[in-house]
Amino acid sequence: MFRQAKWDEPLIFELSREGRVGYTLPKPIEDVDVEIPEKLRRKSKLGLPELSEPEIVKHYTRLSEMNYGVDSGIYPLGSCTMKYNPKINEEIAGHPGVAYVHPYQDERTVQGALRIMWELEQWLKEITGMDRFTLQPAAGANGEFTGVSIIRAYHLDNEEPQRDEMLVADSAHGTNPASAAMAGFKVIEIPSTEEGTMDLEALENAVGERTAGLMLTNPNTLGIFEDEILEIAKIVHKAGGLLYYDGANLNAVLGKVRPGDMGFDVVHLNLHKTFSTPHGGGGPGSGPVGVKDFLKDYLPVPLVSYDEENDRYYLDYNVPKSIGKVKELYGNFAVMVRALVYLKVMGKEGLKNASEIAVLNANYLTRKLLGTKGYELPGKKLRKHETVFSAEPMKKETGVTAMDVAKRLLDFGLHAPTVYFPLIVHEALMIEPTETVSREEIDAYVEALKRISEEAYNNPEVVKGAPHNTAVRRVDDVLAAKKPVLSWRMYLELKEKGEVDY
Amino acid sequence: MGKHYLPNLAQRDEMLKEIGFSSIEELFSDVPEGMVKEFNLPEGKSEYEVFLELNEVLSKNKTVLEMPSFLGAGTYFHYVPAHVKYLIERSEFLTAYTPYQPEISQGMLQALFEYQSMMAELYGLPVVNSSMYDWGTAIAEAALMSVRLHRGKRKRFVIPKAISPEKKAVIETYTRGANLEIVEVPWDERGQLDIEKLKESVENSAGVYVEMANFFGLVEENVREIGEIAKEAGAYFVVGADPTMLGIFEAPGELGADIAVGEASYLGNPMNFGGPRAGVFAVRNDKKLIRQMPGRIIGMTRDAEGKRAFVMTLQTREQHIRRAKATSNICSNEALVAVASAIHLASLGPKGLRELGEVILKNTAYLKKRLGEVAEIPFEGLYFKDVPARFEKPYSEIHEALLARGIHGGYYIGKHFPELGETALFSATETTRKEWVEVLIEALKEVA
Repeated sequence: MFRQAKWDEPLIFELSREGRVGYTLPKPIEDVDVEIPEKLRRKSKLGLPELSEPEIVKHYTRLSEMNYGVDSGIYPLGSCTMKYNPKINEEIAGHPGVAYVHPYQDERTVQGALRIMWELEQWLKEITGMDRFTLQPAAGANGEFTGVSIIRAYHLDNEEPQRDEMLVADSAHGTNPASAAMAGFKVIEIPSTEEGTMDLEALENAVGERTAGLMLTNPNTLGIFEDEILEIAKIVHKAGGLLYYDGANLNAVLGKVRPGDMGFDVVHLNLHKTFSTPHGGGGPGSGPVGVKDFLKDYLPVPLVSYDEENDRYYLDYNVPKSIGKVKELYGNFAVMVRALVYLKVMGKEGLKNASEIAVLNANYLTRKLLGTKGYELPGKKLRKHETVFSAEPMKKETGVTAMDVAKRLLDFGLHAPTVYFPLIVHEALMIEPTETVSREEIDAYVEALKRISEEAYNNPEVVKGAPHNTAVRRVDDVLAAKKPVLSWRMYLELKEKGEVDY
Repeated sequence: MGKHYLPNLAQRDEMLKEIGFSSIEELFSDVPEGMVKEFNLPEGKSEYEVFLELNEVLSKNKTVLEMPSFLGAGTYFHYVPAHVKYLIERSEFLTAYTPYQPEISQGMLQALFEYQSMMAELYGLPVVNSSMYDWGTAIAEAALMSVRLHRGKRKRFVIPKAISPEKKAVIETYTRGANLEIVEVPWDERGQLDIEKLKESVENSAGVYVEMANFFGLVEENVREIGEIAKEAGAYFVVGADPTMLGIFEAPGELGADIAVGEASYLGNPMNFGGPRAGVFAVRNDKKLIRQMPGRIIGMTRDAEGKRAFVMTLQTREQHIRRAKATSNICSNEALVAVASAIHLASLGPKGLRELGEVILKNTAYLKKRLGEVAEIPFEGLYFKDVPARFEKPYSEIHEALLARGIHGGYYIGKHFPELGETALFSATETTRKEWVEVLIEALKEVA
């Protein structure tokens, strides 16, 4: 049985002891007299903790022991592609030629960095079937915003300002409608069929002269390949809209099928999903955006170009209709380095193997779990890289919810799947094993889900009371929202008023 | 290649058979005919070959360790204590996803709560999110938020003209969809924000943004007064501050800020050719403001046994619940960068952050004094990190001469601010060495 570390680790502020220091600093290079004007000088208290270095190291080591990562065990969060993060990526990303380089250095002194960006772009172009990439976006959502802003700029440029509607699937990630809205679009949701794919009739009815585009992920968030994708592309293009590919699920077709060949015009990728860079507990990510030739003049600046004659890489600001910048500077460079290392190790065959095994693993899990009491599989049986079960029967029959199942999985040292997403599936358990887990890990996961089913029908309290073996028991998120304690400062105030006792 | 990452490659056929498939192709039978293609990509390589290749490519970069650097203008060379890097590379932090399952992710949640708490101390505002992508996107989000707070009835957002071109470009792109009008207020003859001009622009604006030190490194003297003008006009007051200033300069919250933003990666993180970074986003403890905040927020609560616990909270603002009506589209943020920043801050403590600010202030003053021997400093005043120096010769010539002498010189700003002529920003931090300044000034004496 799994037992997570349960340190009663205080907040770092509570460990503070006056006078302790955890730093050394160089002296000023010359003791110049500098006066800060009275009205600007800091007079308010600076309530930072005071600790020595060994205490800080112990504090954060203990915190890390109360955290679960890909290196701890299976982490099959659907739509997140939590694959193994190769250690060679980290080694190269720690090179001084990455860390100690200023973005405004003369181009001649950053040829290595620019070459890495340029090379990465060449890989991504071939993988997606797009003609040009920006590496600037910091994450998937930042990439989506970039992509839909390009679509908006394109229509405005074509004197079609009335194209203000962005279509999204009802199974889409929440970022899709949010990004479209941020770019100024009205969002129209297209329903899915019983089979779990886009309803073409509904799409036909939704498109028109106001259609700017359709945002789609393929395979979709149910893990089902939109087999009528060419028809979808035709409908959208015929109406004058563009097709946007949310690359969150690219791992299913990596090295096999290119979004460009499916008819997509704009693509964003997630280097922190498909290309093995670590997610860091929420970020940094990187969300490159690729476009077909006719959209490249709208990309953010600068692009990275190569002057073959002089064998020189350079930052290219010559993008006539650029949407501008979606992030400072050139993007999350240290993440790009890791992705390029991964690509070079994998190569053509390796990428193809990765998606094939990812799909095999998801289908293996699906078939092994199928028929277990309490879980049902909505939509088609054949999945791509992920699978979505519904715990609706279990909920109806025992009162045990998808959330309870998720919490109980933690007790076995297995990370929960994504739950309650996609929204179109009730009590959804969205499982994406990825290609980097072993058969034994998948078997153990299925066994755990089966055991939880038995527990739900025979001893539901043990599931409803889960987790039991993690650093803390079930967390009260309702209280967190009702009585917000968002910082040490707020905590102290509420504590003084006697409003919190934790 | 890459077989060493794929355990089941060796059991592929066995597993296929077990679930009733005869081939991998059958698993892809739902893909339209002819769509599966052979890719034109290189073959994979051994880890050793990739290691050699990337080391060679990266050694083409001339780092700031190899050449004295005076580059700043929004990205600065700070020293990161070794234990910070060591701790954030703990794989339980590094390889974790967003802490959707709080019970098994308490470590990251507490580390982020502590990040929020330390930034709340620095910025003097008790509510901080767990990071934006960078300072620039944080300003843009603040602009959009101030418009939402006015229910879209005011669409004007005021920024200083003396702002980083990077940040300005981000603000423009981010606010285009919402049709915001971005108004720039120029600087006066002393380089300070022109108060009279501000008064002319502030009317009917949703928010006013100012930085405690402007793009030229000049410390803004009238932050409090600017805030009063903004508030009088009914606008929200947004203050940008470099966190390394805040040990010695008053907290934005104390100067009247409703929202404060900044760049967390200046602490605990290397420059990495410009990314990743992490934007600080802080607001007053006011329900109205909190409800409109972008990004993830970590809160303290308790578990089923009454024990203290941490969790992502107030999520009804966010895209995965609110979709098109979310306060922002942000999902992945810069969590690990924020934690690195917090570890560095905890190491400095109040005394260290003060000392760091003082060292930077003195080094900047020394650099300014020496630059004054060879160039014109366009504005008098107090500088933090950046110092503008105006030359008579075209700066491109000076740049070439410095590069030839193995120096990363200043950042030319004449292109973005033609009224300043041949001016470049030179920067100092605690990492600046006296002998570097010596070499720079000697070189400038020869060539400028």
